Amino acid sequence: MSTEPIRHRNFKAQAERLKRQDAFFWFIGLLTLGFALITLLSLIVDMAMTGWPRITQTFFLSFPSRLPERAGIFSAWVGSLCVVLVTSLVAIPLGIASGIYLEEYAKKNIWTKVIELNILNLAGIPSITYGLMALGFFVYKMHLGQSILTAGMTLGLLVLPIIIVTTREAIRTIPSHIREASYSLGATKWQTIRNHILPYSSGGIMTGVVIALSRAIGETAPLITVGALTFIAFLPSSVMDPYTVLPIQMFNWVSRPQEEFHVNAAAAGLVLLTMTLFLNGTAIYIRYLFRKKYKW
Amino acid sequence: MVKKAEVINLNFSYTDKKVLNSVSLPIYENRITALIGPSGCGKTTLLRCFNRMHDLYGSVKYDGQINLFPDQLNILSKEIDPIEVRMKIGMVFQKPNPFPKSIYENIAYGLRVRGVKKKSFIDEKIEDSLKKAGLWKEVEDRLHTSATALSGGQQQRLCIARALATEPDILLLDEPTSALDPISTAHIEELVTELKNAVTIVMVTHNLHQAARTADFTSFMYLGKMIEFGESSQIFTNPKEQKTENYITGRFG
Ligand SMILES: Nc1ncnc2c1ncn2[C@@H]1O[C@H](COP(=O)(O)OP(=O)(O)OP(=O)(O)O)[C@@H](O)[C@H]1O
Ligand SMILES: [Mg+2]
Repeated sequence: MSTEPIRHRNFKAQAERLKRQDAFFWFIGLLTLGFALITLLSLIVDMAMTGWPRITQTFFLSFPSRLPERAGIFSAWVGSLCVVLVTSLVAIPLGIASGIYLEEYAKKNIWTKVIELNILNLAGIPSITYGLMALGFFVYKMHLGQSILTAGMTLGLLVLPIIIVTTREAIRTIPSHIREASYSLGATKWQTIRNHILPYSSGGIMTGVVIALSRAIGETAPLITVGALTFIAFLPSSVMDPYTVLPIQMFNWVSRPQEEFHVNAAAAGLVLLTMTLFLNGTAIYIRYLFRKKYKW
Repeated sequence: MVKKAEVINLNFSYTDKKVLNSVSLPIYENRITALIGPSGCGKTTLLRCFNRMHDLYGSVKYDGQINLFPDQLNILSKEIDPIEVRMKIGMVFQKPNPFPKSIYENIAYGLRVRGVKKKSFIDEKIEDSLKKAGLWKEVEDRLHTSATALSGGQQQRLCIARALATEPDILLLDEPTSALDPISTAHIEELVTELKNAVTIVMVTHNLHQAARTADFTSFMYLGKMIEFGESSQIFTNPKEQKTENYITGRFG
């Protein structure tokens, strides 16, 4: 380092250099972003062009068939909805409650640390592992069979860490001085959670829930292991019934040799994609609403 | 003069750092007691012992007593629920911290926590405490708008009103005017002086003029020790300790 006083440095040249660096990284960033977007867009456009002609009312209201032009996704989308419903019932209360517990009640000791670390790791485990675990536990041990219940609970476990982690993060964004304000007025812990922590973090929590559900809707691997069927020509009448879901229907059609089935797969993919995009859009909107509502 | 509370040999440490060292001082009823001293000497820490705020966080240790009169209740005792303490001792923080709710709900909260449901009573209490805090005129026609849209000074007065609505025995103020302009500051000083008829006040301040003007008693703290306690007039004109004199004449801190 030179020892000359700072005011003698050539700021102009330095600023020029920084600007060039800036422009360079801006360009690199744009390039990589553009590459990713173009790849994604071309895949979507290709799928949309292939699948669009099949998107008709009959496609939504027909069961699978050996004849590609007769086949539809009735049992698949109903199955997807039922499974995600079970997933919601399992994962949302459990996930939010765990998040609140870990953030607000658990003593900050070694055990809590271990549990936290485990939850973070669970979020990164390949989904097929959940399928194998669920096969052993729900199917063989608890005899729940290859049912909607099994599938819903399997996906529930899969997305539980997502909900727990986002719940905790949402709670953590509430500044401590807001908490202290509540306690200083004589509120109990539960009153503080009920009246402040939960309402102020509900935007973040709901965002996490929606993202978790949109992940659940697209999952295939764990459901294959717990026995989702590929050919279901009836609607389920209880949670113990067999089922199929959109991604599995799609997977089945893709693996057929006939070209026409691939068109069906593209159409089903389009439906699935729309559902996921819709859910993600909802998540963004919820976050926007709550950002506006709670400022401190 | 009647004692409202008395701190006896209070020691306090964060994790591994001792911050209060055998602090003792009396708090007189319906008087204002100012805590002064250089930054980091432990004023906020001492103040937050009064409402057991430290209990919200692990890794702190304290011992000693803060006795509340007339029932001579040691509020630091482990047998006493911090909630019970906070029901009696209100606090206004250095940084205004209104809830992101309406002005109305901010003040109603302390009452709701205490199980008050009657709307007419709550309405009355809200008007009363907003008047006491000198904010009523500015907000009477927008009680149901968001409190976070108020200016800093208004927010601070709202926080005072929120604390007053619960009728505390003691009101703790942590540098209530440090973020405010001279006019709001004068406003709050005036308010605090008026309030002492109704409530005992303990106030941390960096503004020595403020302490001299408003406080009946002043205690000077230095490095976690209570150096000197006395009537403000005595502390500011004729301090007994060299350290106090150095501080109030601006030779350090
Ligand atoms: N949460 C904390 N954890 C660890 N140390 C802390 C914590 N809060 C305060 N301290 C330390 O305790 C000492 C006293 O802090 P305190 O906030 O009571 O000082 P203060 O007199 O209020 O200062 P100021 O006038 O700047 O507000 C300081 O040395 C500070 O660094
Ligand atoms: Mg302080």
